[in-house]
Amino acid sequence: MTEDKKPDSPAASSSGSSHVSPEGAGEKAGDTEKASSSANVSSKNDPPVAKSMDDGSKSAVVARPKPKPKPPPEPPKGPEDQLPPDDKVLPPMVSALQSTLPGALVQVSYWVGDWTIIVEPERLLEVLAFLKSDELAQFDYCSDVTATDWPPREKRFDLIYCLYSTRLRHRLRVKTRIGETDSIESATGIWPAVNWLEREVFDQYGINFSNHPDLRRILMPDEWQGYPQRKDYPLEGPGELLMENPQDWLRLRNLSDEIEIDSDSEIE
Amino acid sequence: MTVSVPRASVSAFDTNELVINMGPQHPSTHGVLRIILRLDGERVIDADCVIGYVHRGIEKLCENRDWTHIILLTDRMDYVAAATNNLGYVEAVEKLMQIEVPRRARYLRTILAELQRIASHCLWLGTHAMDIGAMTVLLYTFREREFVLDLFEEYCGARLTYNAMRVGGLPLDIPPGWDAKVRTFCDLMESKLGDYEQLLTNNRIWLQRTRDVGVISGDEAIGLGLCGPPLRGSGVSRDLRKDEPNAAYDEFEFDIPLGTRGDTYDRYLIRMEEFRQSIRIVRQALDGIPEGPIMGKVPRLLKPPAGETYHAIESPKGELGYFLVSDGKSTNPYRFRVRPPSFCNLQGLKRLVKGHLVADVVALIGTIDIVLGEVDR
Repeated sequence: MTEDKKPDSPAASSSGSSHVSPEGAGEKAGDTEKASSSANVSSKNDPPVAKSMDDGSKSAVVARPKPKPKPPPEPPKGPEDQLPPDDKVLPPMVSALQSTLPGALVQVSYWVGDWTIIVEPERLLEVLAFLKSDELAQFDYCSDVTATDWPPREKRFDLIYCLYSTRLRHRLRVKTRIGETDSIESATGIWPAVNWLEREVFDQYGINFSNHPDLRRILMPDEWQGYPQRKDYPLEGPGELLMENPQDWLRLRNLSDEIEIDSDSEIE
Repeated sequence: MTVSVPRASVSAFDTNELVINMGPQHPSTHGVLRIILRLDGERVIDADCVIGYVHRGIEKLCENRDWTHIILLTDRMDYVAAATNNLGYVEAVEKLMQIEVPRRARYLRTILAELQRIASHCLWLGTHAMDIGAMTVLLYTFREREFVLDLFEEYCGARLTYNAMRVGGLPLDIPPGWDAKVRTFCDLMESKLGDYEQLLTNNRIWLQRTRDVGVISGDEAIGLGLCGPPLRGSGVSRDLRKDEPNAAYDEFEFDIPLGTRGDTYDRYLIRMEEFRQSIRIVRQALDGIPEGPIMGKVPRLLKPPAGETYHAIESPKGELGYFLVSDGKSTNPYRFRVRPPSFCNLQGLKRLVKGHLVADVVALIGTIDIVLGEVDR
């Protein structure tokens, strides 16, 4: 019924005697209006009678405290490179590598049927060249080059080469740990296949490859700022600010929740 | 009024290199691929591929999603072979969690993957032939591809993005009567293959456009990281269905066709033979579908133990690999990496087009069979 009165002026509705007392309703609505003004500015111009219909729900919205943002879970410190079980015999190429290039190998890892070797970054190229040419290894095919990012670690990136031998039909992953500012020798001289794959790692992680013939961005536009696959790069992508100043943008992003709370309190 | 234009002497027509831009909107690039060609007359001196136009950050997205929710994102990579993408991913997670998949599910997965290979090759053959100028083949192959899509629609309700597999098995069993329809399709497809070959295999124009175009030796193809039919076209016997059998491939008999010359025509013949081998696998699988459950024992919330794995399968385009890292704590992968076969094959285009005519570029883009959704992710 009160809905029909909506287009009328408040004076006209007050003259009617058969309806609910509009003054009382208007006062009541006025009180809640003050409280809800910060929440919805446009509702100020609504007639007070209509306002009284839904003030209960509005005030409920205002009264509900803002949920505090959950503290983010602690980021993992690094991959768990499980050691091979004791009864597992090392593949022959790994033992050959150990004897030929002593000191290059940091760790051997085995998990769900995959062998991974972790090597020193300075000797990575040496190891890869050995694995390609050695009789027991013959890794003539480089399947994949990729990286993982573990931000709390000092050497935050794992650079991973997935190798395959088309002659002996076995696989091996070679992994090395490098820091954000380090640069690493490109393996394009060993397998031309890694050209684009290393470009993608450079594009997505910002790992610098020295002696790469064509180190440009590949998936992202050339003028892009930031490295999307890094863990501190937000999922929703950059704002316009990023194009101008990536550091400011990252700082603002981390503080965005606090800024919202501040702006609310100013209006009150 | 006349304007006198100084006439260039004949010697002024020197042979400058010409840089032309092919794409990103070009009908024969099969998507948004831009190639910057440097030409000397009609010959290509150099080609530079510019990709990334459909980059959606699928890897980043997947790292922020549940292990189960990723399956439907993998559909969006190679969208003409979505079931194969699903298969590679769920098998990688199964490997990471060491889940046993029931035999029936493995058989059905194999059937789906091989039907998908037929559909993908149908699309490849039609568009490849049309690029070169044979219009009819496209209409023929799309008719048969439609049949496969209908089969998939009957199985899971979707025609392109199936979301057809789950970690540990399959969400749906085959509807009653579906296997009979697949059998009908196999017979139909086998008879239609003759039609395609009649149109192309001994066609003089087809031979002239494909013979000795884009020749690459086996060693060079291995070094360049080519995979799938482009690698086998150069005579390298590498098919992950045989070398590292996944699903139920180790239980079936099939041959790996190999090329001898490593040219576009060989790659065409190989894919034609792969149609037949796929039909052979599907028939064997249909004959032997075992009874039993279609889902293994899988926890409701997937949380693989901390560790990493690389699992690769043979997709219609080549080696499709998934590199997954789990931190053991959260319900989404810490790292999700796809090794896209189209991406690695496209890298070889620069080498293949060198020295060929501009018109051959179109044939060579067709012969490596790329899907830009997978190249860019």
